[in-house]
Amino acid sequence: MKNRKHSLTKHTKEIAIRNLFGFFAFLSVLLFGLILVFLFREGLPLFKQISVTDFLFGTAWYPTYEPPEYGIWPLIVGSLAVTFFACLIAVPLGILSAVYIAEIAPGGIKEILKSVIELLAGLPSVVLGFFGMVIVGPWLQETFDLPTGLNIMNAAVMLAIMAIPTISSISEDALYAVPREFKEASYALGATKYETIIRVIIPAALSGISTAVILGMARAIGETMVVLMVAGGAAAIPESIFDAVRPMTASIAAEMGEAPFRSGHYHALFATGIVLFVITLAFNLIADYISNRFRETGSGTL
Amino acid sequence: MRSRYFKQRLFFGAVRLSALVITLALLGILAYILAHGFRAITWEFLTQSPTDSMTKGGIMPAIVGTLYLTVGAILVALPLGVVSAIFLTEYAKQGALSRIIRVGVNCLAGVPSVVFGLFGLGFFVVFLKFGSSILAGALTLGILILPTIIGAAEEALKAVPQTFREASLALGVSKWNTIFRIVLPSALPGILTGAILGVGRAAGETAPIMFTAAAFFTAVLPKSIFDEVMALPYHIYVLATAGTHIEETRPLQYGTVLVLIALVLGIDLIAIIMRSMFRRNKRW
Repeated sequence: MKNRKHSLTKHTKEIAIRNLFGFFAFLSVLLFGLILVFLFREGLPLFKQISVTDFLFGTAWYPTYEPPEYGIWPLIVGSLAVTFFACLIAVPLGILSAVYIAEIAPGGIKEILKSVIELLAGLPSVVLGFFGMVIVGPWLQETFDLPTGLNIMNAAVMLAIMAIPTISSISEDALYAVPREFKEASYALGATKYETIIRVIIPAALSGISTAVILGMARAIGETMVVLMVAGGAAAIPESIFDAVRPMTASIAAEMGEAPFRSGHYHALFATGIVLFVITLAFNLIADYISNRFRETGSGTL
Repeated sequence: MRSRYFKQRLFFGAVRLSALVITLALLGILAYILAHGFRAITWEFLTQSPTDSMTKGGIMPAIVGTLYLTVGAILVALPLGVVSAIFLTEYAKQGALSRIIRVGVNCLAGVPSVVFGLFGLGFFVVFLKFGSSILAGALTLGILILPTIIGAAEEALKAVPQTFREASLALGVSKWNTIFRIVLPSALPGILTGAILGVGRAAGETAPIMFTAAAFFTAVLPKSIFDEVMALPYHIYVLATAGTHIEETRPLQYGTVLVLIALVLGIDLIAIIMRSMFRRNKRW
């Protein structure tokens, strides 16, 4: 009898621990929800002043004028522009370096390169922003004879450096996941290493590589310090790659300090945060969807 | 035949070039900062407060502030992250709940750092009335690195062989004791590596602390967790962009950047070395 009671309390303890751990694990989901709640709590009051369409597609961002104008279209275009050009640089470099690490590099170089990518991922964004300001900026200004070296081009290069580790490391995992038999079958048919990589391995890893690219883009569009320091800060729709822009993240970071508490400007910055949040969430959900669909169908059906 | 191998050579050339470009980018940045920064590094620079409206003096308060924020963040994220990872790997491997949690963690990982800053401002600073403080900043950074810690801990727990668990359970040990006495100690090196990488990440972040903890300048060191602090990343941003002495204070900026890089990459390097050591000494 005593024994049974003992095992019963033991059992209750086990269940209690399980539930407690479950609760703490679920906290991540709650926190995510909480982020959403507080963004909306501080951002939505803006739409008592202006409509959602005027906010999203208005082309004038003059939050401190009287009357203020809160059109974030130039900011959205700024974010998209720097992200697009950053990806033009980061996608080929990221994927090719992943191919090198996964398929071609000899053991020692492979380990070194993996550490390089990891250290690059660890570089604080403010350091890259600083480097862009003091080195890349003046160089661009001199070389292309520009009024300012702080522009889309500069931001794209520095953002690319931030996105490369994401793209490279996730692509690398995808390349490793390609079954060995695929490669062997290709070699057995007389294909060269190049043909095997291009026609067999990369297509088989394509969903993983797409995930990598999407996550790299999400990283670039959400990055703050780099664009705050090197994109130039002009809230206007750019006409060339050498124009200054003010991406959404830069606008939030630069202006939140001076926006009076719960003013229209303050609410507008939170509302910009909502837009940013929705965009990056969409990127992440698409990436999640692609990588899960791939896992479910499995390599056997390729 | 020749053209097939020509294509291959061309492709391999491009692949090697990309690896080279990336390596040179890292080395170039590090070498440049090192070359310009090391002259600024003196004992006084590391141990004194800024003077003459931040155009002279040292960066000690910023170093201390960054340490406080980082330690605070890891105190928040490590327990929470490890417990979450244990739940995901040991208790709820499959099923709707773990699927939801995983999506939640992934989404949390994708939230831009500046949005964490907005959340920290709206929730910790304003709603919970912590004000701009170490507490608010550390909590914000803690949530930011939580997904990293969960991911690393999960991987470390998964790497513990299933036979360890089976052997322990077969001896009649309860599930909880199996996890606590067998699984967790085996996974500890991996978990610690992940935690160290999280620390590195937290130390370098700027945007999340801009509205939640970071002060432009403080004359004295913080006395409680409700005080504002200076922090290295924010100090760099301030020196490089604000004020009228940007050119004059360049040496200070390079010095601060060097200290931050040494701190962050030093931490990352420790983690990388630890990991490869554990891999080599692994007994299973």
